[in-house]
Amino acid sequence: MSAFQSHFEVSGGVDMTDTSTNITAETVEEIREIAARYPQARSALLPALHLVQSVDGRISPAGIEVCADILELSTAEVSGVATFYTMYKRKPVGKHLVGVCTTALCAIMGGDHVLAALQEHLGIGNDETTADGQITLEHIECNAACDYAPVMMVNWEFFDYMTPHSAIELVDALVADNPVASPRGAEITSWRAAERVLAGFPDGRADEGPTAGDASLLGLRIAREHGWSAPVPNVAADNQTEEAAQ
Amino acid sequence: MTDLLTPVLSANWDIDRAWTLAVYEKNGGYRALRKALEMAPDDIVGAVKDAGLRGRGGAGFPTGVKWSFLPKDNPNPRYIVVNADESEPGTCKDMPLLMASPHTLVEGLIISSFAVNAHTSFIYVRGEVLHITRRLQQAVSEAYAKGYLGRNILGSGFDLDIIVHAGAGAYICGEETALLDSLEGRRGQPRLRPPFPAVAGVYASPTVVNNVESIASVPSIIDNGEAWFASMGTEKSKGMTIYSLSGHVANPGQFEAPMGITLRQLLEVSGGMRAGHQLKFFTPGGSSTPLLTAEHLDMPLDYEGPMAQGSILGTKALQCFDETTSVVRSTLRFVEFYKHESCGKCTPCREGTWWLVQLLARLEAGQGVEGDIEKLLDLCDNIGGRSFCALADGAVACVTSAIKHFRDEFEQGYHTPAWELFPYEKNCLFEAAPMKVGAH
Repeated sequence: MSAFQSHFEVSGGVDMTDTSTNITAETVEEIREIAARYPQARSALLPALHLVQSVDGRISPAGIEVCADILELSTAEVSGVATFYTMYKRKPVGKHLVGVCTTALCAIMGGDHVLAALQEHLGIGNDETTADGQITLEHIECNAACDYAPVMMVNWEFFDYMTPHSAIELVDALVADNPVASPRGAEITSWRAAERVLAGFPDGRADEGPTAGDASLLGLRIAREHGWSAPVPNVAADNQTEEAAQ
Repeated sequence: MTDLLTPVLSANWDIDRAWTLAVYEKNGGYRALRKALEMAPDDIVGAVKDAGLRGRGGAGFPTGVKWSFLPKDNPNPRYIVVNADESEPGTCKDMPLLMASPHTLVEGLIISSFAVNAHTSFIYVRGEVLHITRRLQQAVSEAYAKGYLGRNILGSGFDLDIIVHAGAGAYICGEETALLDSLEGRRGQPRLRPPFPAVAGVYASPTVVNNVESIASVPSIIDNGEAWFASMGTEKSKGMTIYSLSGHVANPGQFEAPMGITLRQLLEVSGGMRAGHQLKFFTPGGSSTPLLTAEHLDMPLDYEGPMAQGSILGTKALQCFDETTSVVRSTLRFVEFYKHESCGKCTPCREGTWWLVQLLARLEAGQGVEGDIEKLLDLCDNIGGRSFCALADGAVACVTSAIKHFRDEFEQGYHTPAWELFPYEKNCLFEAAPMKVGAH
């Protein structure tokens, strides 16, 4: 009879033995600033934890304590939240977080092959980081871009129609610190910088990238080719309403 | 007769810098807001009701009716929470909308908040979409600077704050009560209902939770009139909506059409399945909707059509798989998703999805044993309908529907691996080497 094996393979809390932190008085002030945005301060916990990751590169014990202190929660409550959501990382993440979608559609259309190629190329398994600290690789669930399958994410920016070849080229460029831009997003910065934006501190890059990708525009282009459109509204009736309002 | 495709929400997606306030306004943006602020709030609710707008997030509940459920005598503040946590596998309509035209949502949310008298509203966007979060943040900030948000909006006396809130990676937060717990800074686990969010939502106050596309449809209804909106679609499913075509099709993408278009029409207009292949099965609206086959190509994709065939319209996410695909493999991969995303609150879902994965994995490997199919169905019977929320129902829908349509393939799992019956490299969009069990 085989030995008992837990299926909660990723269980375990935040690593409390590594007490290192970069949190400063400025970080504390920023968490207070987040809390002030909401009618009730506890709502600030998710963005505050994103901010902790932007500073410490993971959910750190000091980060948990600071959040608990400011939001008047117990550290157990904060840990409970930090260990529920997959974007919160319990061990240090590399400079870039690379995710390969392996939910059914992406997996079948090539995502499994892409992930296998990257694991072999980088010499790391799932949720592991390269020795140089440049790349953490993980498989991710559906990222709402199925018309661009197989999809990869780098620091939560989209990379579309991936193949094993294009995926290896992409990570090689990231490892070499060459400039890389998302086809439907901005130039890649770092995972920590991305986490800061998610905490609600904009980085001024919203105007980079296109309005939409090709697949998003397919229906619109076909409609234009055929001269199809929504019905023309009854303009006369509309004007009457406006006049009446005035 | 309306045209086959009717771009309204997507009409500005090919305009340069459509995400900026200046370009949005140049193309008629915020005209509906000015009109709405001159109307009585109840008349806006009435217009949305009369237009026949139904929830675009999957459930199809009439939006205006949902708004009117907010109790009149509750002294607490009211809130609207936009569900932008788009995570249902296959679903990819809200993200392109928010990326190309975030102001459509912001304008819709201001009008909707005015209609229900909410003074704080939230946009809960999934955390895994950085650039979309950036564009939403910028759109809200531009709207404040222009006086469309904040105090005394356009001199109307109406005040509104909008907060963009990024999630942290949990499919379950697309479920409205889990979303509210998450927004309150808790683990995203569904609440027992009643009380419903209309009575006790965020901060135990009256709350409306609406999908992005539902709220984004409101400006067009106010601008063009409810009769215009209702002139599109079918008898009970009104208006235009966004369909997402993905999978083994020649040209995947987004298609905005009147409710009731068929998959055959969408395939014809877009170039069909990939060259040399045929449709084997599809989901009408994400992986939680029972899968259908080529027999259902002419089924109207409105709220009623899939229902009549034992499925659901869901999010109109048409994931199409061709004859190279093993349905045992696709089912395993869908169920692995639900196992991963189960919040753990309800035992049937938490434990049941784990057992489903074990059975499906051995069927995929050709190591199933006689009786596994019956055991799968028995498990499904003990998961669906026995948990707090619809995640459990979605998890079993893909299993029971796959067995219903392709039972013989599951039987083959008693002796032959799926990767021998359906070599996985042939599913890929690129030249690929043979592969056995999926990479994890």
